[in-house]
Amino acid sequence: MELLRFATAGSVDDGKSTLIGRLLLETKQIFEDQLEAVERTSRDRGFDYVNLALLTDGLRAEREQGITIDVAYRYFATPRRKFIIADTPGHTQYTRNMVTGASTADMALVLVDARKGVLEQSRRHAVIASLLQVKHLVLCVNKMDLVDFDEGRFDEICAEFTDFAAKLDIDDLAFIPVSALLGDNVVSHSPSTPWYEGPTLLHHLEHVYIGSDRNLIDARFPVQYVIRPMSHDHHDYRGYAGQVASGMFRPGDEVLVLPSGFTTSIEAIDEYGGPVEEAYPPMSVSVRLADDLDISRGDLLCRPNNAPVVTQDVDAMICWFTDRPLREGAVYAVKHTTRSARARVQHLHYRLDVNTLHRDDQQHSLTMNDVGRVSLRTTTPLFVDEYRRNRATGSFILVDETNFETVGAGMVLGATAP
Amino acid sequence: MPTQLSHLEALEAESIHIIREVAAEFERPVLLFSGGKDSAVMLRLAEKAFWPARIPFPVMHVDTGHNFDEVLEYRDRRVAELDLQLVVASVQASIDAGRVVEERGPRASRNRLQTVTLLDAITEHGYDAVFGGGRRDEEKARAKERVYSFRDEFGQWDPKNQRPELWSLYNGRHRKGEHIRVFPLSNWTELDIWQYIATDDVEIPSIYYAHRRPVVRRDGMLLAVTSYLGHLDGEAPEDLLVRFRTVGDATCTGAVESAAGSIADVIAEVAASRVTERGETRADDRISEAGMEDRKREGYF
Repeated sequence: MELLRFATAGSVDDGKSTLIGRLLLETKQIFEDQLEAVERTSRDRGFDYVNLALLTDGLRAEREQGITIDVAYRYFATPRRKFIIADTPGHTQYTRNMVTGASTADMALVLVDARKGVLEQSRRHAVIASLLQVKHLVLCVNKMDLVDFDEGRFDEICAEFTDFAAKLDIDDLAFIPVSALLGDNVVSHSPSTPWYEGPTLLHHLEHVYIGSDRNLIDARFPVQYVIRPMSHDHHDYRGYAGQVASGMFRPGDEVLVLPSGFTTSIEAIDEYGGPVEEAYPPMSVSVRLADDLDISRGDLLCRPNNAPVVTQDVDAMICWFTDRPLREGAVYAVKHTTRSARARVQHLHYRLDVNTLHRDDQQHSLTMNDVGRVSLRTTTPLFVDEYRRNRATGSFILVDETNFETVGAGMVLGATAP
Repeated sequence: MPTQLSHLEALEAESIHIIREVAAEFERPVLLFSGGKDSAVMLRLAEKAFWPARIPFPVMHVDTGHNFDEVLEYRDRRVAELDLQLVVASVQASIDAGRVVEERGPRASRNRLQTVTLLDAITEHGYDAVFGGGRRDEEKARAKERVYSFRDEFGQWDPKNQRPELWSLYNGRHRKGEHIRVFPLSNWTELDIWQYIATDDVEIPSIYYAHRRPVVRRDGMLLAVTSYLGHLDGEAPEDLLVRFRTVGDATCTGAVESAAGSIADVIAEVAASRVTERGETRADDRISEAGMEDRKREGYF
């Protein structure tokens, strides 16, 4: 069974929580005690329907205010796939939450209200999905029951969204007319939309092909931890533990070690209990090398003829998460793969308006929920690839060194070799 | 050759990555080990993460004193097999030292007292990272929790002010006296845990499988009759065939009637179950709608 991670985004009241509740309910992931609790609370609050949104709002403050504050993770499975939903709220701190949810997602599910059509927020969600390189996007046109399941209205919304998405970097775009409240086209085909010949939402989630989304070309192995048992049975064992970021590794492969620049070959790749024939993402393994070299956490194994850029100058898109603005000249801690450094903001090129895609180059700071392009200078070289090509070696976080908050997410656009 | 991991293999790889990340970045990690099924899986993942070396951190049991014998026996055996250091943080010792006051009456529970014992032990030993077996599917407050969950100097969790967590880049920065709770099983579900126990042959205490024992019916739950359980008027012990879905303090962990004697039987039951494991068997979670959130804010597991 495969794992599919998807992020959901929507505006206030477009029925996202209801849609998730519907998916969970129809795939029998909601348990009787949970449903009873929601029914009881719905009654107590005076709703005349079972408010499925109560299933996903986990915090007291959320229930009190009737809003979703933070990303919540939901799980369900069908015989074909296990799903992890990153449920991201649409209003407060929208960019921060959506970026967080999208960072690990294979697919983004964007909801629009059939009556309202494509809003600014829907466009923003699509831009963020594209920015984070989520390869598959599904636009669920919800509340079709309120527009009498009108094909014309559905087509109009699809056309408008397609026009906008053409400017983005999205490989696979699908449109599904649904009614989350009534269940149309969520799990089973709706008799009310005979004109719709596409898959139901669940069918699409189960079948969308994600096998080629991973990078199996560029071999990258960030060293995370050095395993040295120093025990009687494994006296000379030295394994470089880590998770394969991309590409394939096999025993016998020649590898280049960064930053030292030495080359050696792979003697064996171990998992618990013994060696394996090959390693590919996202396997967590331990690599033994033919030569004794000085290698530690933060180093990286790759191929001599296919290496990331080794550089202290990184050009990146930054999503900013905090009230204290990002300013030119400021220094932040950086975490990139297993490597830690500090970085100074050399230049802020522009702020990207995620609603219009307009680039504003008159700005000298980024504030909460802003996205912008920056040049960074790091204290030590990083081994980077373009984010578009490699999510693992192309991403980093920025941490405020005074309060240790995670303040920014970065995606590498390009790097200048020194 | 296939280059796609199954969902269990992908979850395992993610958990091992998290465990290694903590070992690499923190000075004094500790793994909470209750002997329950989730901590059994977590211990197995830690074993895998560092093989053929030993697990490079101790394990800690927050001991309410209300244990099932089978669980203690299992705990001690695993610790010996893996050559680990076991730290026992005792709720009884906290009571004796006057740090907490024992609840009174037949429904007294030491569940909430554990938080003080846990936080005292973290301070005493100077732990900066504490692995817990919590899963996001367990409970709705847990669904919001990060893999690296920051705790302030009072051990408190602030759910409205959590660090964003992106990709697999975890921010473990903290000041002295603060710590990070780490949840490597965040993305696992109860069924995943059971499937993994089956496919990976993870040993768990025998009370997870059907066995006969005297129980009383209380608040819709079946509680094991032990010397710790207070007696309520009208309660008559019954000898039933039961198993446990979760294992915690013996006075607030309920059994379910079951004939599931093998792991395959248990998986079939879990897959068909219509009630969550905590809803069915944990008196501690029934306190209020925000029972878990409130306890977590105070520093609970």
